[in-house]
Amino acid sequence: MKVDLNKVNKSYTKGKNDSLHVLEDIDFSIKEGEFVSLLGPSGCGKSTILKLIAGLSHPTSGDLKVNGTPVEGPGTDRVVVFQEGGLFPWMTVLENVTYGLKIKKMKRVEAEEKAMEGLRMVHLANFTNAYPHELSGGMKQRVAIARALVMDPDVLLMDEPFAALDEQTRLILHQELQDIWQKTGKTILFITHNIREALTLSDRVLLMSTRPGTIKQTFNVQASRPRNPSDSIIVDLEKRVMAELEEEMNKVLKEEFGDDYRYKTDSVRDRDNSDMGSHI
Amino acid sequence: MTVIIAIWEVISKLQLFPTFMFPPLIIPNDPGGVTVMKTLVDGIISGQILEATGITLGRLLIGFFIAVVLGLTFGFLIARYKWVDDTLGFFVTALQSIPSIVWFPLAIVWFGLGNVAILFIVAIGATWTMTVNSSAGFKNVPSIYIDAARTLGASGPHLLRTVIIPASVPHIISGLRVAWAFAWRAIMAGELLGASGGLGYLLDLGRSIQAMDLVLSIMIVIGIIGTIIDSQVFLRMERSVARRWGLRT
Ligand SMILES: Nc1ncnc2c1ncn2[C@@H]1O[C@H](COP(=O)(O)OP(=O)(O)O)[C@@H](O)[C@H]1O
Ligand SMILES: [Mg+2]
Repeated sequence: MKVDLNKVNKSYTKGKNDSLHVLEDIDFSIKEGEFVSLLGPSGCGKSTILKLIAGLSHPTSGDLKVNGTPVEGPGTDRVVVFQEGGLFPWMTVLENVTYGLKIKKMKRVEAEEKAMEGLRMVHLANFTNAYPHELSGGMKQRVAIARALVMDPDVLLMDEPFAALDEQTRLILHQELQDIWQKTGKTILFITHNIREALTLSDRVLLMSTRPGTIKQTFNVQASRPRNPSDSIIVDLEKRVMAELEEEMNKVLKEEFGDDYRYKTDSVRDRDNSDMGSHI
Repeated sequence: MTVIIAIWEVISKLQLFPTFMFPPLIIPNDPGGVTVMKTLVDGIISGQILEATGITLGRLLIGFFIAVVLGLTFGFLIARYKWVDDTLGFFVTALQSIPSIVWFPLAIVWFGLGNVAILFIVAIGATWTMTVNSSAGFKNVPSIYIDAARTLGASGPHLLRTVIIPASVPHIISGLRVAWAFAWRAIMAGELLGASGGLGYLLDLGRSIQAMDLVLSIMIVIGIIGTIIDSQVFLRMERSVARRWGLRT
């Protein structure tokens, strides 16, 4: 197994003797070369799981292994692509992409060659000297993907990388990400709160529920690739995920608005964009 | 501007006050008499004003440099260690509110009346505001940059140099600008009260020989230098960083 979580729990302490139980008994593993999505509403603990795997934060209890060895801290075998703003604004595109390579002590010429290769992969070879603020949201995320890919990580961790993009750009990037995944054979853990996005991209979707965050259900997506969002397998799965979610949403809304609130059962289905709530 | 100059000339020519107290700026009141302009030009030609400017700027740069180094160090420590924040961080806010000239009596006793005392009050006048700004800069580095850098293999001093410091640059630059303004005020006060050489000393000399034309021409020099440095150095730095980062357009 590439990534292996076993009864992982995470609590944040807030105040003296108060603590927030964010993750409860998270159990899952990811096979080499597999594309897995974590799907769940904002605040359910998706980013927390990703940070644990990245080694940026530590579990309160449980086992967490990557490549069979326990995760102790960050490492370049697990690189993260963040939602937005993950690029360094004071560096050019090329400097951003070569940043990790230089830390690996790669020679400048070699690092730049490798960076160009990565930038070509995301179709941005002409923007090497631009600063991030000069790029559109979609281009920034492409640079972030290139910056992660050139490190040649064992696992690519993506935290809602396309959540802030417009629908059209997002569809294009879905296509590109699938191509990249097929070309490189990377193991990818992809986080999203968008149902269709999860189903379109993944081999497997782990649906999370909230407070505390647990993995509620797993869906295998057996649609053929390249994926087509209107594939009947995907459409069918989308309905099943929705049904699961309605229950979850009622729970969340009740907590937020009181017991008398009931989310109208059909309204979730009617929305054409299968988003699960706020874009955070 | 022209209106103010004109009004000044008229008041001076009305002879409401003796000429030495209210000298004309451009046109002499009696043929061959003093004007601020003439004193200024003579002072520059004779080298007296240039020399004084050089001395003042030299002191200022040294004092400012010390303040920046101390301010960055303290700022970093405050941002990095909770206990430093609780002790020094708390104290700095109080120190910042003390006008630097208040330190002068202490400085004279500690270092004697001279260059060191002046450098001391310049440095102490700029250090605390630099500390406050740089600690704000270090504290507000978005954690996403640090997380991204760490997953790309950065740690320790390399992380500090390539991410934490550059990410704090906008705060640090506005800190430099304010610190410079504090240092500029401090050195004038210090030189005025006790120094040999420097623009502040010339001001005091002008007062003691009752030559307001000298005093006014030094004031003009001070205003011009202050403006030039602020707009040519600090404002430019701020703008170029803003442009590069896309903070403003
Ligand atoms: N550093 C932290 N300290 C305290 N609470 C946190 C911290 N990080 C996240 N949380 C809390 O943990 C919960 C899950 O957060 P997160 O993993 O970011 O959710 P998601 O990514 O699914 O939106 C949220 O309630 C959030 O407020
Ligand atoms: Mg998140």
